[in-house]
Amino acid sequence: LAKMSGGGSTLLGYIGIDTIIEQMRKKTMKAGFDFNIMVVGNSGLGKSTLVNTLFKSQVSRRSAGWARDEKIPKTIEIKAVSHVLEEGGVKMKLTVVDTPGFGDQINNDNCWEPISKYINEQYEKFLKEEVNITRKKRIPDTRVHCCIYFITPTGHSLRSLDIEFMKRLSHSVNIIPVIAKSDTMTIEERLEFKQRVRKELEMGGIEVYPQKEFDEDMEDKSDNDKIREAMPFAVVGSDKEYQVNGKRVLGRKTAWGIVEVENPNHCEFAQLRDFLIRSHLQDLKEVTHNIHYETYRAKRLNENGGLHPITCNDTQESNL
Amino acid sequence: RSHLKVLLLLVHRHEIPTLQKNLEGYVGFANLPNQVYRKSVKRGFEFTLMVVGESGLGKSTLINSLFLTDLYSPEYPGPSHRIKKTVQVEQSKVLVKEGGVQLLLTIVDTPGFGDAVDNSNCWQPVIDYIDSKFEDYLNAESRVNRRLMPDSRVQCCLYFIAPSGHGLKPLDIEFMKRLHEKVNIIPLIAKADTMTPEECQQFKKQIMKEIQEHKIKIYEFPETDDEEEMKMIRRIKDRLPLAVVGSNTIIEVNGKRVRGRQYPWGVAEVENGEHCDFTILRNMLIRTHMQDLKDVTNNVHYENYRSRKLAAVTYNGVDNNKNKGQLTKSPLAQMEEERRDHVSKMRKMEQEMEQVFEMKVKEKLQKLRDSEVELQRRHEQMKKNLEAQHRELEERRRQHEEEKGGWEAQQRILEQQKLDASRTLEKNKKKKIF
Repeated sequence: LAKMSGGGSTLLGYIGIDTIIEQMRKKTMKAGFDFNIMVVGNSGLGKSTLVNTLFKSQVSRRSAGWARDEKIPKTIEIKAVSHVLEEGGVKMKLTVVDTPGFGDQINNDNCWEPISKYINEQYEKFLKEEVNITRKKRIPDTRVHCCIYFITPTGHSLRSLDIEFMKRLSHSVNIIPVIAKSDTMTIEERLEFKQRVRKELEMGGIEVYPQKEFDEDMEDKSDNDKIREAMPFAVVGSDKEYQVNGKRVLGRKTAWGIVEVENPNHCEFAQLRDFLIRSHLQDLKEVTHNIHYETYRAKRLNENGGLHPITCNDTQESNL
Repeated sequence: RSHLKVLLLLVHRHEIPTLQKNLEGYVGFANLPNQVYRKSVKRGFEFTLMVVGESGLGKSTLINSLFLTDLYSPEYPGPSHRIKKTVQVEQSKVLVKEGGVQLLLTIVDTPGFGDAVDNSNCWQPVIDYIDSKFEDYLNAESRVNRRLMPDSRVQCCLYFIAPSGHGLKPLDIEFMKRLHEKVNIIPLIAKADTMTPEECQQFKKQIMKEIQEHKIKIYEFPETDDEEEMKMIRRIKDRLPLAVVGSNTIIEVNGKRVRGRQYPWGVAEVENGEHCDFTILRNMLIRTHMQDLKDVTNNVHYENYRSRKLAAVTYNGVDNNKNKGQLTKSPLAQMEEERRDHVSKMRKMEQEMEQVFEMKVKEKLQKLRDSEVELQRRHEQMKKNLEAQHRELEERRRQHEEEKGGWEAQQRILEQQKLDASRTLEKNKKKKIF
């Protein structure tokens, strides 16, 4: 028997409120969830390999029957590949959006536009579904939750293209910059490079995920601060396994040693994976939904003088 | 007789390649190579090397490693400190001495290449630079006085390809297509320690395939008769494009001190043939093929430029290149030509000067005439003034005379009156006394 006491939390018996967590978990497991990740960067930076390594399966565009020596496309294409992964009873529909051709041309002016357009198109799709009179129970979520931007490991600084892209897209999508193919650099070079990149991001006013302004409380802030100090993560990807000290590890075999992908002394892949999947996956989705999507929605509603909801059966274009 | 034999030997060299005549005595021309060698050593060598590639591909480090210098010291403003965002072409000279031989090395760097968002025509400054060096040499060659002819032509261009693992980028292809007929291009895979051996192999194959597809003519090693050398050359050809790693830091590996890069998982050794192709590049560039690079530049690329340039001149019929003089005549004829030019120039100058002189004289005369006229006018004016004054004065004098006359007349009348008055008075007085 419980007595209601004002403001306090001393219960005189066990009610079972805490089982709600378990109920939520069961529901999520049954429903599964969507996660959409976009990878952007020059070709040859190991984007597809990294995504495969992150999700420990062949989920990238490259695995979906794409030849290794395919020519660099003349314009940017947006290719999305979806897979359903299952782990511990939890189902995840993972969509990897690849952007071949980004930054590969001689003249790369406006090469970010197709990407920006794609991201906004997904917001638009979601918005249209939301304003319907008869809505689907679960709106399919194709919005990009996270955009991993691959920085070329020059060892010097960010390139003009990097800064341009991140400036323009950091307000419509969560950008996580990573240093690709970081086995190019020694540890000292890597530290220097990271420092310089962070400084340049700051100078350019570029807010990458996790954004400082969205830290909810002190705990969040301290966790995120630690992550922000370590970013951008210097990663190495690989889908090949080798024997090291009796263990089978993912790595890259060079003539002078084996680069172990999950060894924190070699590269920061493990940190990225933990951050991206094990701790901040839900947060990425929430920030996309509550902040980036809402910004888009507000902008759209303020144009055209408002939205007119339509029924599902209406085949005309909605009066948005 | 021995002299005759020597002569025959020299004359029939082409017809009897394999038959060697034994000389009956020591002539001594076998010493010629030594003489050439000694002269060259005294003179020293020159070599101009150009490096092209995006920032961050390790170009400066590689140059430092190749020539064991600090041409690009840590203080050299690297890409992170660069302010200008356009492509520059910069020269650095360094004198390298080794074993009594000195090499004046000129490194031409192209900072900013391929770094902008829009890289269209970023190869143009490079092309302009190479052409301008050819032009300088062409001018120097055509002068009458050729004692000091500096050779600053670019003899080799190291093009750095980013280790993407896929293939050439559109920029790589464009650049090489435009420069393969102007300079010896040696493509290199930069930062080769990024790739595993298999990836490297794959990448090299892909690049060579694309180079052939686009008909790009990279530097070719010359064929030699020596079997050993040919073997070595074939080995090099198999490993093109060379995958290089640069470093100037010395690390201890198994008790040995080597140049390399220290990673947590091992040390990538720069001079280890199994790790990268750096030693091949160094040997080829410096130890075996430096002279050939210079020769190909001189005999092929420069000659192409020269014939294209001169063909343009003669085709148009108009001498577009005023300052060059006729390049097809012999020196004597050219001297005569120059003398004639000089004389005609002098004559022209003389004429001009005479013209100028005449003009000046005319001007002066005119001025004098003008001033004469002016003076005359003034003279007239003054005369008129004077006359006017004169008349005025006359008039006044006349008036004055009149007045004087009048006044005198009046005075006389007054006098008369006075006299009459006094006479009357006297008369009255006389009357009164009675």
